[in-house]
Amino acid sequence: MKTKESNIVTAGYLRRQRRYLLVSFILLLITLLLAALMMTYGKTIYSPATVIRVLLGEQIQGASFTIRTLRLPRMLAAVLCGLAFGMAGSTFQKLLGNPLASPDIIGVTSGASAAAVLGILVLGLRGSTVSLLSMASGILVSGLIFALSQNGVFSSGKLILIGIGMQAFLNAAVSWMLLRASEYDVPAALRWLSGSLNGVSMESIPGLAAAVLVAGGAVLILNRHLMILTLGDAYAATLGVQVRRIRLLLILFSLLLVSFAVSVTGPVASVAFLSGPIASRITGESQGNVAASALTGSVLVLASDLIGQFALPVRYPVGVITGILGAPYLLFLLLQMNRKGENVL
Amino acid sequence: MRKSIVIISLTGAACLLLCILASLTYGARSVGFAGVIAALTGDGSFSSHVVMARVPRTIFGVLAGASLAISGALMQAITRNPIADPSILGVNTGASLFVVCGITFFHINTGGQYILLAFAGAAVTAAFVYGLASLGYGGATPLKLALSGAAAATALQSLVNTVMLPNTQVMDQFRFWQTGSISGAEFKDIRLILPCLLTGFAISFILAPSLNTLALGDDVAAGLGLHVTRVRAWAALAGVLLCAATTALAGPIGFVGLMTPHLARLLAGPDMRKILPLSAVFGSCLLLLSDVAGRMLGRPGELESGIVTALAGAPVFIILIRKAKVRSL
Repeated sequence: MKTKESNIVTAGYLRRQRRYLLVSFILLLITLLLAALMMTYGKTIYSPATVIRVLLGEQIQGASFTIRTLRLPRMLAAVLCGLAFGMAGSTFQKLLGNPLASPDIIGVTSGASAAAVLGILVLGLRGSTVSLLSMASGILVSGLIFALSQNGVFSSGKLILIGIGMQAFLNAAVSWMLLRASEYDVPAALRWLSGSLNGVSMESIPGLAAAVLVAGGAVLILNRHLMILTLGDAYAATLGVQVRRIRLLLILFSLLLVSFAVSVTGPVASVAFLSGPIASRITGESQGNVAASALTGSVLVLASDLIGQFALPVRYPVGVITGILGAPYLLFLLLQMNRKGENVL
Repeated sequence: MRKSIVIISLTGAACLLLCILASLTYGARSVGFAGVIAALTGDGSFSSHVVMARVPRTIFGVLAGASLAISGALMQAITRNPIADPSILGVNTGASLFVVCGITFFHINTGGQYILLAFAGAAVTAAFVYGLASLGYGGATPLKLALSGAAAATALQSLVNTVMLPNTQVMDQFRFWQTGSISGAEFKDIRLILPCLLTGFAISFILAPSLNTLALGDDVAAGLGLHVTRVRAWAALAGVLLCAATTALAGPIGFVGLMTPHLARLLAGPDMRKILPLSAVFGSCLLLLSDVAGRMLGRPGELESGIVTALAGAPVFIILIRKAKVRSL
């Protein structure tokens, strides 16, 4: 028998659920729209009909090369990296209970990018070998951060601080390698460090897509456990969540997402950090909004790349634009958290 | 107790002397101790020119190391926070941004202009980060301070990238400034910042007894008749002055101010009157050693001392975090 209160609770739940689905749907639409815009717009503007005909395999002089070799991989990389960064960022933030604890702030992406610079500048590697190296390093560095923060009780504050220390160390290593490099490679490496979609080729897409599918799917499935985990370890354990195992799995899958994305585009600044909070603001706080965060990430990367390519006098790599978007929000967030007197900082 | 202080001071002085000698001796061309002594008495040989070329950077290394260390000790004392340090607070990136903007938009190229801009950037960033962290619940806790610093550094770095990327020439000029190094110091630059450094040293030593009282806690210190806010403000001014003047000339050198006060506290206990001079000595030693290590490791060129201090200092930072009580974070 249902009481009046439980009816209200159910109604509220359904309302939030509806809003969540609606917002996700709208985000999906925007993502598709921006992706389509990216395919059609450029130095030469092709009609949607031409784009579709090319994608279906028709050979059209000029258009085939531009669309299939230049724009398609760029668009796919933007969408997939956005998904990966958004999802991993929001998972980290929820798991560590702190909106500032995204992989780009606690040094995980630095680990991946340091290895990339090592690969490009010191070892002279190209292409997929760099990706593999940077992935291995991303996993290694985050493993180290977690291992170091694990003495005694798990504390997200300690983890964040150790991550910041690790980042300082890795950045010193990167500066060293950049200084030793021949001048020609430096712009490339710097662009690589702040994230860029320039020069993404089709061969790196399948690996990234597979990673996003597998790890992203796993994170989506684990999401309801994550929601319980945010209540605190003790509650979660009482409610039947295997706290340690779920946390480890979530971290591993998020790392997989981040490392693959970084190895393709470099650490696109602030996307991981921005997506979660934006998504939770537009969907309402109480939802587990992994899907919405992921889509927000895609929208951010696509929009920033379009702005970086066409809206400004100089062509900027996407990471610079997202970094600039991130900066004011970061400060706003800190101010707001402090004013509310939250104890998470 | 008295005796142990004497021993520590003597050992410190001996270490500093050794480091100075090492800095004069080793490098792309090592001259040997006998060569150094011959050069200092002025024999005019080739190795004496080598030694003379190393004199300004050695003097600057001593000054910069001491300033950074005292600046770190002051910041740790007034924020009552074990990890306060210019590099953690994002102050270096602030100075970088101002200098890059200066190079790009106003085509500055003299030492004095760099110094002024770096100074402004450092001061503004320090005030901003500390203000941000001390808002709200619990004041400026270590975690809030470190996060605000890291956040500000990220934000400022993206602005630096925006200014720098379209312009290869600026990037090239800047990347040698970006990593801290004491190798470029000349006597005229040192003379330029010397007044700032001396003022900073003087203020901090005058404040040392008050800082001891402050360590008892704000309420007790106020009860004992200390003007808490005024002491904090003066100490902060001295700290920023010291680190900004050094950063302006050497570029961002991190972690010296983080490590040395802890070492001093380990040896001499919590008395600021002992911590400040000891930190200064250790800071000088550390920076000189990093510089020498950079010269040895980076042969035939050299590795900037800022990189060496970061590579050595970041692990120390992590150890400090690991040892700190979770409750206090």
